[in-house]
Amino acid sequence: MIVAERKPLDQILELVAPFKRVLVLGCGSCVTVCLTGGEKQADELAAQLRLAAKQKGRDATFDVDCITRQCDREFIENLKRDPAAYDAVLSIACGVGVGFMSELFPKVPVLPGLNTTFYGANVASGLWAEYCHGCGDCVLAWTAGICPIARCSKSLINGTCGGTNKGKCEIDPDMDCGWLLIYKRLKELGRLHDYRTIRPPRDHRKDRGAGVRRLTHAEMAALEEEEEPKE
Amino acid sequence: MTEPLSNLQKALQAGRFVVTGEIGPPKGTNLEPVIHEAEHYLKGRVVAVNVTDIQTAVMRAGSLVGSKLLLDRGIEPVFQMVTRDRNRLALQSDLLSAYILGIRNVLALTGDHVAMGDHRQAKPVYDLDSVGLLQAIARLEAGSDMGVDMKGNPNTLDGVPAFFKGCCVTPCAEELEPQIIKLEKKVEAGAQFVQTQAVYEPAAFEEFIKRIEHLKVPVLVGIVVLKSAGMAKYMNRSVPGVQVPDDIVKQLTDTPKPDLKKVATQIAARLVRQMKPMCRGAHLMTLGWDDLVPDIIEQAGLKT
Repeated sequence: MIVAERKPLDQILELVAPFKRVLVLGCGSCVTVCLTGGEKQADELAAQLRLAAKQKGRDATFDVDCITRQCDREFIENLKRDPAAYDAVLSIACGVGVGFMSELFPKVPVLPGLNTTFYGANVASGLWAEYCHGCGDCVLAWTAGICPIARCSKSLINGTCGGTNKGKCEIDPDMDCGWLLIYKRLKELGRLHDYRTIRPPRDHRKDRGAGVRRLTHAEMAALEEEEEPKE
Repeated sequence: MTEPLSNLQKALQAGRFVVTGEIGPPKGTNLEPVIHEAEHYLKGRVVAVNVTDIQTAVMRAGSLVGSKLLLDRGIEPVFQMVTRDRNRLALQSDLLSAYILGIRNVLALTGDHVAMGDHRQAKPVYDLDSVGLLQAIARLEAGSDMGVDMKGNPNTLDGVPAFFKGCCVTPCAEELEPQIIKLEKKVEAGAQFVQTQAVYEPAAFEEFIKRIEHLKVPVLVGIVVLKSAGMAKYMNRSVPGVQVPDDIVKQLTDTPKPDLKKVATQIAARLVRQMKPMCRGAHLMTLGWDDLVPDIIEQAGLKT
């Protein structure tokens, strides 16, 4: 899932300061699961913003809405409020949701209430950790399912560096050395040959090096074109 | 045996126990004091002098210019290259530049993380890792580069470089096997010599050497001069894979400040003597105390 964390309140206050009527828009997917951008958080944020506005004697309204996914056209019809009727939308979806909403409601500024941080999983109570970097060229088959791009702080592909320190990364004593995890699991699996094989330099075209990435399902696009009613 | 490209390669091929030194360019343009020290204390005593590449991710003058200035003074450089700051375009270009300037020894390193240095908001590059950099050098030496022309064919270089290629390893790492496998990969990718991370435990070093015998690559043991007990303790606390034994820490603790240089020299020389039978050379990292090098060499019983 996509993990995001809330921007500091003072930054959000600065973003919404120019606007009188703001819609705080939650998203019911990933950011609901990581407890930063769901309906509940939208309600809480709107309450904080109302309070802050009141304290400053500002006349501003903050309404709340939430849809299942801000990154999907089909859920737009579930909106209970019309974003276009506001001075601004404060979206607490991930960056995809903010971007997609901006596209769907081009006349109203859509502001981000979160910083989108990584693709991760919930690993302990209240803790989400990065598992994937979205590099576009998955290497997990030969790294025992542990991603060196996401979990080695240097994204190395040929093994530990000199900074591996008692199982941790030298840059942070709380951060596991991703390559040591890989080494240990490969060894357990009897697959150390996967460590021994030299991996050639990565093809960064798949990781933003060739610009904006997209996914095309040609058959699906063709099919939908066929089904389109002729005018 | 191939025709040696450098005095370092020549000395190792001849089976001599070699000593290399190291300088770090300064933060600023005043490179002269460092070069002067190298000329004064290292020239004629060590076979080659490493020039660090933005060491510990603290921004400074570059290793290419430092290497060139050494060459101008008749000192053979080992041009250190880290993959932290430059992508493959810049790395290959700098390798060509280095060869054009007459530099023949290159040490391929990944490089300390940006987070360890003084520009923590910088983008860590790591387009290549140390293995990839060695592969890139080998490719240049074969007359091509990592790219392709418009038709998708390998590019052809007009003028082909050749280097004596080195790499690094941490011999006293807690988990040795992943380090050794990585070293095997570096040698497979073309590394011809090894300069190690600091070693203070001869027994652990001997064990490491036994485990890499099959690689048949000359190893220069890394000796970082310990300037004080505080520094030794700092290394134990903060430098991965480096353990200064208690007796050395105690020796430094018991040393009054005016005698520290003398004792630092003794410790370094003793370590070189102890590990000389196990390896092919010593890489002395004096961290600015270059004036100790002549005495370390003498006390270690090495001829210059």
